[in-house]
Amino acid sequence: MSQLQFFLALVAGGLSAAAFALSVVTPFEQGLLLKAFLALGFMSLIRFFLPLGLWADAALALLGAVALLTTIGAFGPTPAFFWMALVGAWLFSWLFVERLSKALAPRLSDNAGLGLLIPMVFGMALLVIWEVVTRGANVPPVLLPAPSMIGAQLANSAPILWADFVQTFIKSVLPGYAIGCLSGLVVAILVDRSPFLKAGLLPIGNFMSALPIIGIAPIMVMWFGFDWQSKAAVVVAMTFFPMLVNTVAGLNASSAIERDLMATYAADYWQTLMKLRLPAAGPFIFNALKINSTLALIGAIVAEFFGTPIVGMGFRISTGVGRLAIDLVWAEIAVAAVAGSAFYGVIALIERGVTFWHPSVRGGRA
Amino acid sequence: MNRVLPILTVLLAIVVIWYVAAIGMNANWQNTLNTRAALTNVPFTDFAQQTWAQDRPVLPAPHQVIGEIWNATVALEITSKRSLAYHGWITLSSTLLGFVLGTALGVLLAIIIVHNEASNRSLMPWIIASQTIPILAIAPMVVVGLGAVGITGTVPRALISMYLSFFPVVVGMVKGLRSPEGIQLDLMRTYDASPWQTFWKLRWPAAMPMLFASMKVGIAISLIGAVVSELSNAAGGGLGVRLLTGSYNGQTIQIWAALFIAAALAAVLVMVVGFAETAVNRRMGARPA
Repeated sequence: MSQLQFFLALVAGGLSAAAFALSVVTPFEQGLLLKAFLALGFMSLIRFFLPLGLWADAALALLGAVALLTTIGAFGPTPAFFWMALVGAWLFSWLFVERLSKALAPRLSDNAGLGLLIPMVFGMALLVIWEVVTRGANVPPVLLPAPSMIGAQLANSAPILWADFVQTFIKSVLPGYAIGCLSGLVVAILVDRSPFLKAGLLPIGNFMSALPIIGIAPIMVMWFGFDWQSKAAVVVAMTFFPMLVNTVAGLNASSAIERDLMATYAADYWQTLMKLRLPAAGPFIFNALKINSTLALIGAIVAEFFGTPIVGMGFRISTGVGRLAIDLVWAEIAVAAVAGSAFYGVIALIERGVTFWHPSVRGGRA
Repeated sequence: MNRVLPILTVLLAIVVIWYVAAIGMNANWQNTLNTRAALTNVPFTDFAQQTWAQDRPVLPAPHQVIGEIWNATVALEITSKRSLAYHGWITLSSTLLGFVLGTALGVLLAIIIVHNEASNRSLMPWIIASQTIPILAIAPMVVVGLGAVGITGTVPRALISMYLSFFPVVVGMVKGLRSPEGIQLDLMRTYDASPWQTFWKLRWPAAMPMLFASMKVGIAISLIGAVVSELSNAAGGGLGVRLLTGSYNGQTIQIWAALFIAAALAAVLVMVVGFAETAVNRRMGARPA
């Protein structure tokens, strides 16, 4: 047992013991599950004499989470031992993760399933703490609604959310993303033929990538009107420069010896480009595609703040804030988060298929 | 000289294209104006000059934007609400505060992640996932939400900048702190170095190049965060507010001026980080590249 594990076990057990002592004074049948968890947590101190498996900690953390979620509001004003139980359950989950990662450490590659468990435990813990704190401490929903409220809102306003998703994602983000990335790619290939243009455009492209291009959103709304065209235009402008810069860098990625080989094959410019240089640029191009996937969604939503028809994620967020319908706003954010992550994930998956030869993919880490 | 000439050529081309585009895009409105004023047969050179001198052009000519910047900075008192220097300062202060907080948070997280396998496995996937969330899009909402509990002014905007800038720093620093090779770590062990000494004398110096590379990305992105988070509160001031009011009033020259100032700020901030990098490199005895 490492020093950290020792302290975690000691504090978690001790805290449960203290909370259990405090909880005894309340009527017996109130929050029975929570008391059971605290008692078991107290008993986990036995580990200092008798080894306890790491799954015991997992079970304790899970029991604690369930007990906490079911007993919110069972006691009138939330008592101190309730919060101590929350901290205790969190410490048990931490201890579990700590022990699991130690157990997994010697064989890093052949445990994808168990390895996934660790970030999942972290995510679950975050959600449980969020739910328990917002409801247990009566945080005003205007400030931060509980995850369950957001979930209910997600289910209730599914048609609205879907319409917004279509307007923002399908109509604005995807065309803008496709046009921006394709034109960046084409311009990069054209520029690549002229060293003079390359020397001139590359520093400017690098500079433009660092600029707050999103600021052109109001101008685009003036030029292209309120509907999706102006949002797509913002997305094009935002995605163009990262693509340009990355592709130009990628086209230089093939080594001289490989290009010499193509020359000995008497390959012409296009054959060299299609069979050697573009595939070699793959990792760079996908890097830009991944950067752009997030940029595109941000660009479309922010552009909707500057004027939009009465549908769209940015519109819903800005009006929801005005009406203090914060749970709807959070539902919209959840949709945006899922859409953004899925978009990124799809591109990462395609990358694994296309650039399967690259060391970063062969090593099993994307 | 070899590097400056191509850049200047491209810049010149951009300016020329801009002026030509300004003629084309403003021509419609200028025609309407000239018809109203019963002006006919305006020679092309006069017409071009007219399109470059409109009050609310679709695309203002570069000299109009530069004139506006001059009027709104040098010609005005710095405390005036119309001064771009005043608004630029508001944006700059939240950018810098957010950047410092974000870098500190990023370095701290990276240190924890490098030294603790459990936090590496539980935090890294979520840190990466957190960046696929378009948080920038809800920046105005966060500002309003924090305003409801009495946190107003620079701090909520700085929080957005912090959220955006911590990510490149974490990822870069984790890479940087792990860059010492096994042989170097072994050497530290043969010296009987404590973990603390290994950190300060090996890992930290080895991470410097990555730190500065990610700080350059981070400061540019925290400026973007600051500008966007200003969009929610028109009274608070800042370059984002200039963009917003400009778009409501159709003041295109004002929008472009604010954009130019934001671009200049971004360039200066990235350059400052670059200078700090050179200075640190020199102190650490690195050979100039």
